[in-house]
Amino acid sequence: MRITCPLCGARDLREFSVTGSAALLNRPEEGAELPEWDDYLHNRDNPAGPSDELWYHSGGCGAWLVVRRDTTSHAVLDVRLASEQKT
Amino acid sequence: MSETLRATGKAGARLPNMGHGIDRERPVEFTFDGRTYAGFAGDTLASALMANGVRLMGRSFKYHRPRGVLTCGSEEPNALMQIGPKGAAEPNQRATMQEVYPGLRAESQNRWPSLEADLLSVNDALAPFLGAGFYYKTFMWPKAFWERVYEPFIRRAAGLGALPAGHDETPYEKPFAHCDLLVIGGGPAGMSAALAAAKAGADVILAEEQSALGGRLLLDGGEVEGLPAHDWAADMAARLAAHPKVRVMTRTAVTGAYDGGVFGALERVTRHLGDAPKGAPAEAFWRITARASVLAAGAIERPIAFPGNDRPGILMAGALRGYMNRWGVAPGKSIAIYGRGAEALATARQVQAAGLKVAALITTGPAPEGAGGFPVFAEAQVVGTRGRKSLRQVTVLSGGAKHEVIADTLAMSGGWNPSVHLTCHMGARPVWRADIAGFVPAEGSVPDMQVAGACGGRYDTQGCLEAGRAAALAALGREVPSVSEGNNVHDEPEWRSTDWVVPGKGRAWLDFQNDVTVKDVQLAARENLSSVEHMKRYTTQGMAPDQGKNSNIGALTVLAEATGRSISGTGTTTYRPPFVPVPIGAMGAGARGKGFAPERFTTSDGPSRERAAPMVEAGLWYRPSYFPRAGEATWREACVREVRMVRSAVGVCDVSTLGKIDIQGPDAGAFLDFVYANLFSSLKEGRVRYGLMLREDGHVMDDGTTARLGPNHYLMTTTTAAAGAVMKHLDFAAQVLQPNMDVSAISVTEQWAQFAVAGPEARALLRTITDTPVEDADLPYMGCCDAVIGGVAGRIFRISFSGELAYEVAVPARYGASLFRLLLAQAEGLGGGAYGMEALNVLRVEKGFITHAEIHGRVTAYDIGMGRMVSAKKDCIGKAMSQRPGLLDPARPRLVGLRLSEPMGKMLGGAHLFEAGAEARRVNSQGYLTSQAYSPELDAHLALGFLTRGPERIGEVIRVVDHMRGVETMAEVTAPVALDPEGERLRG
Repeated sequence: MRITCPLCGARDLREFSVTGSAALLNRPEEGAELPEWDDYLHNRDNPAGPSDELWYHSGGCGAWLVVRRDTTSHAVLDVRLASEQKT
Repeated sequence: MSETLRATGKAGARLPNMGHGIDRERPVEFTFDGRTYAGFAGDTLASALMANGVRLMGRSFKYHRPRGVLTCGSEEPNALMQIGPKGAAEPNQRATMQEVYPGLRAESQNRWPSLEADLLSVNDALAPFLGAGFYYKTFMWPKAFWERVYEPFIRRAAGLGALPAGHDETPYEKPFAHCDLLVIGGGPAGMSAALAAAKAGADVILAEEQSALGGRLLLDGGEVEGLPAHDWAADMAARLAAHPKVRVMTRTAVTGAYDGGVFGALERVTRHLGDAPKGAPAEAFWRITARASVLAAGAIERPIAFPGNDRPGILMAGALRGYMNRWGVAPGKSIAIYGRGAEALATARQVQAAGLKVAALITTGPAPEGAGGFPVFAEAQVVGTRGRKSLRQVTVLSGGAKHEVIADTLAMSGGWNPSVHLTCHMGARPVWRADIAGFVPAEGSVPDMQVAGACGGRYDTQGCLEAGRAAALAALGREVPSVSEGNNVHDEPEWRSTDWVVPGKGRAWLDFQNDVTVKDVQLAARENLSSVEHMKRYTTQGMAPDQGKNSNIGALTVLAEATGRSISGTGTTTYRPPFVPVPIGAMGAGARGKGFAPERFTTSDGPSRERAAPMVEAGLWYRPSYFPRAGEATWREACVREVRMVRSAVGVCDVSTLGKIDIQGPDAGAFLDFVYANLFSSLKEGRVRYGLMLREDGHVMDDGTTARLGPNHYLMTTTTAAAGAVMKHLDFAAQVLQPNMDVSAISVTEQWAQFAVAGPEARALLRTITDTPVEDADLPYMGCCDAVIGGVAGRIFRISFSGELAYEVAVPARYGASLFRLLLAQAEGLGGGAYGMEALNVLRVEKGFITHAEIHGRVTAYDIGMGRMVSAKKDCIGKAMSQRPGLLDPARPRLVGLRLSEPMGKMLGGAHLFEAGAEARRVNSQGYLTSQAYSPELDAHLALGFLTRGPERIGEVIRVVDHMRGVETMAEVTAPVALDPEGERLRG
């Protein structure tokens, strides 16, 4: 598997580590209720098809990436820097 | 010819005018089962043995039937041998793929005492009892026999060949390659594809598993563009080799197709050489990354399942042509050909032209036009054979009558199976094409892969050349030329399954390697294992090295008929990587011994080892356990001395392995507030603070000290174990959670060497190595400053992990060894010296300082008595979840000190805590012990642990039981800090 890091270019899977759903981008605001935190930390969809995931370019530049990957084919559809996902 | 006679030692076995692939000027001697034979350079082990008249090359797996060569490729099921020097011979090597070299040593397998007289061939006589599922049905009762009787028996009988007993010292390599286009297979389609792609400007890798390019052009004879096919192939191979855009990799089998255009490929680098250069790998397992690929893997000829089809002397027709044309070997003197249509006739003509006798042409269809000069049986089937270790006679059923044909060789062909394997590696299923009676790859099976030639169902040479070119250009996204509707000899009407499965009684082999017959598959169907996947597992058909290459279509044809389904409705089993067996040693190349994981050494490693310090692993790091001195018999004596030395004079310890992260930016303070539970933006420049880091789920992640070096500049330290994880966590926090903060963090762990100088004489020592003021007024406890140390710009931190007056001195790593030596020399002058991990552990247990033994991932700030450190003034990672009611329950096991009432020997972390009178059972456990140490200062056995309601139970006597090591003691519950609770020493 290959991932194209926006900073480094196309690299082998071995350079990256996956953390899981990109839902972790949407951290609840301070003061949010516990159920909201539970959702944020623990509750995940299990999509068959395109899925946004957080990957870390640990063997490269240290960038956190949002990788859109099709879970049925493993095709990587899109890679963006996590730091540019929020406004 | 006289020279040939000398070289082979056997007259008549070589064909004088054939054998373009061997060099008759270069005889090669080798041994098989202890006997010396001669072949020629260019021979495979199989061709050389055949040329020497050797037919018997192996025994079948289950029935120990005598077997000879069936094929001339990597699909060979019978001629599997143990090859290599005694004690290091590789099992299950295919004699058809192994090139001979001087001194090659081969042994047959799966026989005892010898290949000629194999005692386990009694299994063949017992065959009626040994059908599919025999083991499942037989070895069931009594249960007590499972392990003691049945398993050893089955294990002895199971397996082919024997692995070398010692470590595998074979050198392997794990290289990587990249290209625009990977062409898999170097036959006409593959060569054509590679050349077209290279001409179009692409970087091409052409991988071919045989030793030379050409594919069937090397085997089948005939002409291409007016040249003998093998000469044409050699010309083309030379053009490709000379082309700067093409990398030709022969002896390289592509083993698997993976996501993102990644392929595995196994190259036999020196397996064909007797005198490999020292250190050269035997095999290399390549990872090839290609933007696009062309699969030109060809096709594998389909055996015909007829009774007695496994005798030595029965081989594939395509292999027969190959042995004659490429290697100049006559497999026998009287050859019967069993097949279909024009190709069977062409084979007969070649046999005739070679000067050998065609015993009969047996075709499953009408008599081919122009057949003559030998007996022809049309609309015929072979229904039996005779000959124990070599074929003698063939029984043919034709026109309702049986005919006996005297023949020592039978060449069979039930058609061709396109090699679709790689197209199935990513989950696709092939589709059945009735017109060619074969499965072909489904469209788009592997992204960016085009299929060309025989593996796509196109069998004629001209068609393969055109298809290869078209596939290459399509793969590169170029304009694709049209491909003609060529003359396809395989594309004949009315294929019937009886062309490759002969109905009737008698044992007819489908899977030669695993001894699976038509009856076994029928039995599986009768027992309702009617799914092709169930049948496969029940009968073992297509398992092991075969992977269905020879047997799959035959087996599923039988299953389809037995279950009343069509072939396409039955489907194939799943083809999985690898296409050919890959040695585990090749997959893990470089990871043997120390190669398994990198080693990290501190700058003081050399000086520490000079002092005979035993090194212990700390993650990837190596750290000194203790520094032994003369007269000390045990580690404990050294440890006690080192602890006393620190408490009474001064000790030096390398702490460089702790993670160091440099954090800068206008928002650095706010960022630290966010990642630490406690407040850091309020820290003054030149000061250090202890920080507690939580995971978002509220549990403790790590701890350490962070110094403020400037207005926007902090230096964080982490534990050794969590240095990498914390760096990743900080990157996550900065990029994912707080992308708007202006802050940067980078690991500088390896850039700095840092040493703890601890003890009452620490300040006296520092005065000798720096002019920077280190008095209490200049550098108070938890202060830090830039310093010049031995003339080098560095830093000094007044922090302590021992509870003593202590400093940590940091210099750029290149000065580390020098500084360590200097510090030791100065310390020794003050009655001190180096201390190691054992002493460090005692010092911190005395002070109740935690490590990852305590913050093991399941404890909260509340559990370790630091609940109040979670600042109410700000948000931080883990704050919300740390306030969950369950995590604030006073009944949770919480950190306490323990004073053990007697020495506990080997008692370490993991012992459980019970009430004094309670039975030591799991349900009564009230906590556990995490760290233990003998304190020379207090002459006490101290421990840290987590105890239910611990802090409320100071003074209580509890029971400590280590079930694992079988020891127990009583212990008094104390506060975690056992020594100097007021901290007077470290402020001194």
